[in-house]
Amino acid sequence: MATSTTTAPAGKGPSGHSPDKRPARRRGALLHRLDLRGAPYAFVAPFFVVFAAFSFYPLLYTSWISLHDVELATLDVMQWVAFDNYVELWGDSRFWNALQNTITIGVISTVPQLLMALGLAHLLNYRMRFSLFFRVASLVPYATSVAAAALVFTMIFERDFGMINWALGTVGIDPLDWEGGKWPAQIAISTIVIWRWTGYNALLYLAAMQAIPAERYEAASLDGASRWKQFTHVTVPGIRSTIVFTIVLSTIGATQLFGEPLIFGQGPNGVTGGADNQYQTLGLLLYEEGWKNYQMGRSATVAWVMFLLLVLVLLVQRLVKRLRSGTS
Amino acid sequence: MGTFGWSHRKAVATVAAVGALTLVVGCSGSDDSVTGGGKKDGKVTITMGLFGVMGIKETGLLEQYEKENPGVDIKAEIAGDEQTYYTALQTRLAAGKGLKDIQGIEIGRAKEITETQAAKFADFAGTSGTDHFLPWKESQISTADGKVLGLGTDIGPMAVCYRKDYFEKAGLPTDRDEVAALWEGDWKKYVEVGRTFKKDFKGDKVAYMDAASGLFNAMVYGYPEQYYDEQGELIYDSNPAVKQAWNLAADAAEDGLTAKLRQFQPGWDPGLANGTFATAVCPAWMLSHISEKAGAANKGKWDVAKAPKGANWGGSFLGVIEQSPVKEEAKKLVAWLTAPEQQAHIFKEIGNIPSSREALESADVKNAKSAYFSDAPIGEIFAAAAQEIPDKQVLGRKDGTIKDTFSQGLTLIEQQGTARDKAWKTTAERIEKAVG
Repeated sequence: MATSTTTAPAGKGPSGHSPDKRPARRRGALLHRLDLRGAPYAFVAPFFVVFAAFSFYPLLYTSWISLHDVELATLDVMQWVAFDNYVELWGDSRFWNALQNTITIGVISTVPQLLMALGLAHLLNYRMRFSLFFRVASLVPYATSVAAAALVFTMIFERDFGMINWALGTVGIDPLDWEGGKWPAQIAISTIVIWRWTGYNALLYLAAMQAIPAERYEAASLDGASRWKQFTHVTVPGIRSTIVFTIVLSTIGATQLFGEPLIFGQGPNGVTGGADNQYQTLGLLLYEEGWKNYQMGRSATVAWVMFLLLVLVLLVQRLVKRLRSGTS
Repeated sequence: MGTFGWSHRKAVATVAAVGALTLVVGCSGSDDSVTGGGKKDGKVTITMGLFGVMGIKETGLLEQYEKENPGVDIKAEIAGDEQTYYTALQTRLAAGKGLKDIQGIEIGRAKEITETQAAKFADFAGTSGTDHFLPWKESQISTADGKVLGLGTDIGPMAVCYRKDYFEKAGLPTDRDEVAALWEGDWKKYVEVGRTFKKDFKGDKVAYMDAASGLFNAMVYGYPEQYYDEQGELIYDSNPAVKQAWNLAADAAEDGLTAKLRQFQPGWDPGLANGTFATAVCPAWMLSHISEKAGAANKGKWDVAKAPKGANWGGSFLGVIEQSPVKEEAKKLVAWLTAPEQQAHIFKEIGNIPSSREALESADVKNAKSAYFSDAPIGEIFAAAAQEIPDKQVLGRKDGTIKDTFSQGLTLIEQQGTARDKAWKTTAERIEKAVG
């Protein structure tokens, strides 16, 4: 990448019939031009070199594998099957189940998460004592590792000896099998996601809120706008681009959800997303195909479908955004 | 000033680009040795990859070997979970990198290794002093053309662990011989005792057994053929042994005799500690797990009784990688670790039953008692159970995965209340996916 962009201008440079005295100066000028145009590319090159090696190449290779029958034990034996894996996946009820779970867990984790983050940011934006403490505290869950958080929540949601069932028991509610039931399991997993990401999103919102000029609030209050009206008419429009940004990020995160359900299910049971696949996400299906069934071709197929889905979702988001800005 | 300005900047840019490239290259850096082991300055380094509690490192055998053989340095790496371990091993065998000189192999993987990876493991056939194993143990790790890819460590003869105090509360006998007589000869009787237990138990909520999958495994492994026939064809859906075990385990699940736990998973451990179930089908290697997780508070409450029928659940092997630079030294170490004295030592320390016939017959093993399990004569019980294991056991490529899938299918009945026919159908579909 770096070489092709930096050498390109050199090829365009003048050559041939140059008088004796000028080459040195001309070469200097050439290098100068090269530097001006080339240096920026050289500076961004490291990212793209790493990207090419660790993202782009695996992406292409994954698509190549997905067109074959390959087992993990014998990676060198690849049998060409064209699009059979994709056709099979389309007809596989596990895929549709995983897709549905990914969407439902995505919705019940992302929507409350962003709404709560918005509220939290609004509160943190007020002048108050220990504001720095609260801001740092809201970021602590984000700094916790997925594994640690998921493990603790798994214990809290445990059927026989978990804290939540104990608390439910004290008010006379029968204990719930959080892991075994479909909705309880999905709600429990969403709780882990919400707990981890709310503070992070709140800080993004807070930063954007602080960039809104104070005059707008003054003008609004002079017009007699209540706190709520100020929030909906000044704050929310003011941080709109940040909201879109967090929605995009959360969508990507939700599509790739993996660690939380895996640890929540504990061991081999987590890979399949529960005995009934009741909380198996696409990420887990990918892992099951690759590292439980050892079918790398089918696993790669899931990976590519996930990627295509993500592209599709982001395209739809863009389209919706464009349509909305077109009408307003 | 221009000159200095841009040449300096250019230097920075070059450094950045080169830095990025070295980063990329650095990641694919190469090792001299495939396995991390080797010989240097007269010192031999041998690396080992193990899983679970095989007792090799835990009981100090490696230090002993290093002391007796100066100049030998052993590095053992132990993964807790066998499934994780095996996945990594497969990846490394495929890549030919990151392997250890000595690798542990679980019985459920033995067939896959002998069928697909035989060329990558060293041959033990004819190694002197290795004719002390149970005959079927060695045949499990041999290829069709007679190559022996490893030596056996332990085996998994079966017994039933039970809580004496709970049996008393249910009006059942507590003496281990009387308890064994209750279900002698038939697993159906074991479930029948469970129904009595459920009816008569006075006290808090206690289930009869931990999980239906334990019963299922114990029954299935009592037959020479389980999921595959000798030709390597899948027969799980036509094998009466599998169907019979499935139906009895489903009976137990539907009658509410199980604690609906998943064995070896975190939910099972507090179940042991808090005593939410009265019995567990226990292969020898499970004793150390129970005593550790149930803890000192429950010492003397547990006892061990003979199982209705003999079966082998689990057990492992040690293999040596063919490409290892210290292949001969590694083979010598494996032969020593699996020798009768060392196997008896591991049994005394943590209770894994030897796969060596000689060790099984030694006084050390035969007279062993477990203080934790009410002084049960575990040596006698398990050595006798080992004799009952069918001499021929047909293994299949995906045995481990199929076993896990059946366990999960039984969880469907226990946990979700799924009808057994539907759960069987789901399990069969999953197996078809898993075997590819």
